[in-house]
Amino acid sequence: MYNKTVMDHFRNPRNVGVIEDADGVGEVGNPLCGDMMTIYLKIKDERIADIKFQTFGCGSAIAVSSMITEIAKGKSLVDAKQLTNKDVAKALEGLPKNKLHCSNLGADALQLAIQNYEDKLAGVTRPEPIRKEKHEHSHGEKCYCPYCDIEIQENITFCDACQSSLEDEH
Amino acid sequence: MKVINLDHISAKPLLPEVKTVMIDAIEKDYHNPASQHKSGEEAAAALLQAREAVAGLLNCNTPKEIVFTSGGTESVNHAIKGVAMANEDKGKHIITSNIEHNAVIRSLRRLKASGFAVTSLPVDSGGRVNPQDVAEAITKDTILVSIMHSNNETGTIQPIEEIGKITREKKVIFHSDAVDSVGVVPLNVQKLGVDLLSFASNTFYGPVGVGGLFIRRGTRIFPLLEGGVQENNKRAGAENLIGIIGTGKAAELALRDMDMRLTHLKALKTQLLTELPNFIDEYIINTHPDNSLPNLLSISIKYIEGESVMLMLDDDKIAVSTRSACATGSLRASHVLLSLGLSHADAQGTLVLSFGIDNTQDDITTFLKALKNVVTTLRDISPLYQKKYTEN
Repeated sequence: MYNKTVMDHFRNPRNVGVIEDADGVGEVGNPLCGDMMTIYLKIKDERIADIKFQTFGCGSAIAVSSMITEIAKGKSLVDAKQLTNKDVAKALEGLPKNKLHCSNLGADALQLAIQNYEDKLAGVTRPEPIRKEKHEHSHGEKCYCPYCDIEIQENITFCDACQSSLEDEH
Repeated sequence: MKVINLDHISAKPLLPEVKTVMIDAIEKDYHNPASQHKSGEEAAAALLQAREAVAGLLNCNTPKEIVFTSGGTESVNHAIKGVAMANEDKGKHIITSNIEHNAVIRSLRRLKASGFAVTSLPVDSGGRVNPQDVAEAITKDTILVSIMHSNNETGTIQPIEEIGKITREKKVIFHSDAVDSVGVVPLNVQKLGVDLLSFASNTFYGPVGVGGLFIRRGTRIFPLLEGGVQENNKRAGAENLIGIIGTGKAAELALRDMDMRLTHLKALKTQLLTELPNFIDEYIINTHPDNSLPNLLSISIKYIEGESVMLMLDDDKIAVSTRSACATGSLRASHVLLSLGLSHADAQGTLVLSFGIDNTQDDITTFLKALKNVVTTLRDISPLYQKKYTEN
């Protein structure tokens, strides 16, 4: 079901663990499937000197976590901020359609960790971040089913392809 | 190395005796059982023999009460939609449970769209429907009660006999989806008090693509497939005779070997349950301790996710099934596990282990050893496990 690169990162995940005195921590949960991911950063000279992760999730979620830490390691914060879910999915040479949302989780955790570092630096204390709903119904111009990624009409509340009810706003 | 199959609920191997009769049937090149010439009569005799074997397994009044179908899904669709269409002049209310298979849920969803009302009953923390709830839900509009015999995710068996007494007294048609029970545990349609019972051939080591529906004489039901007069005018289309012959053989063997198989499967399940605490900790057993299939066990392992476990065990050549949301097309937590009161996180770590007569005690030991390593590896990566340590 997964390609060789994904399976390699799942079987031998890179950068697993916790950084006890981390400069930035990003924790995200996916309300859709229940997966959770935490990324820890050590920053030196505005670069990601060290990065570690912990993940509760499926094969794809673990592979995504491993890959995003690999890509981000050593990058300047300016460059790391540009990293998106697309970069992760591309580096993994593709994910099954219904697993693309896992790649969002990786990018979100990284961006939250960077934000956490910058907030600490600026002395900003934010309330517990409100986790945004992952029911993203569109990428690009069209509307897609959040469950099976089939193109759907804008205002329907039921996906014919996977028979899921779509309760959230489009 | 041979793969250890602990996922018999997804597929069971054909028994050698079943293969033999099916290959014979192919070689014989049977004619159409509906044809009136001698070749047709020969085919009709083979069809009747298979029907008698299945009727014997279920203790039907007559073999005519068995209708062969393309499998459990068709049988369930036939039972529910066929009864609804044939009885809608009497009422449009149907009662079911919250833990049914999608074949039942989606058939009922379709009926709802055409004006039927559905009452779906909850289960207790053990996963069972309370028969009293069924009695109280029945109204003068109720035409059908559909409650599964055993659950495909937990193996928990429902109090069908008690519900059958209620539906008989209130004269409501009673269907039970027994797809995971028929041929595994002794079933007697007279004792159960059901009017309709769905089953699948592969459950008792027959071929995939064949199943059937028990329809008690006198039950008002329309065919799902219209056309010829095959299957006592209840299911049109030339019969899948090769598959049905295999099913007949499988039914005959299931009846003959029932006690032996039960003893074997129960021993495997007991071994697994007894030894499990020696290998892993912090898990939930979702299967009812007393009222459950001998060949199925559902466990939720805390702090880890089921698809990851399945993938790692696959590398160890052990096939299991998971009910994690991640492993479904819809990415939603199992409605069965949530009905039992499990949290979303705990539901994520659910494995469904289903044994077969081809499994050995060594298979269970190999599985437990592999599981221990997998659980340790995944908990080391898990932020939930980490949190638990920091908080304690």
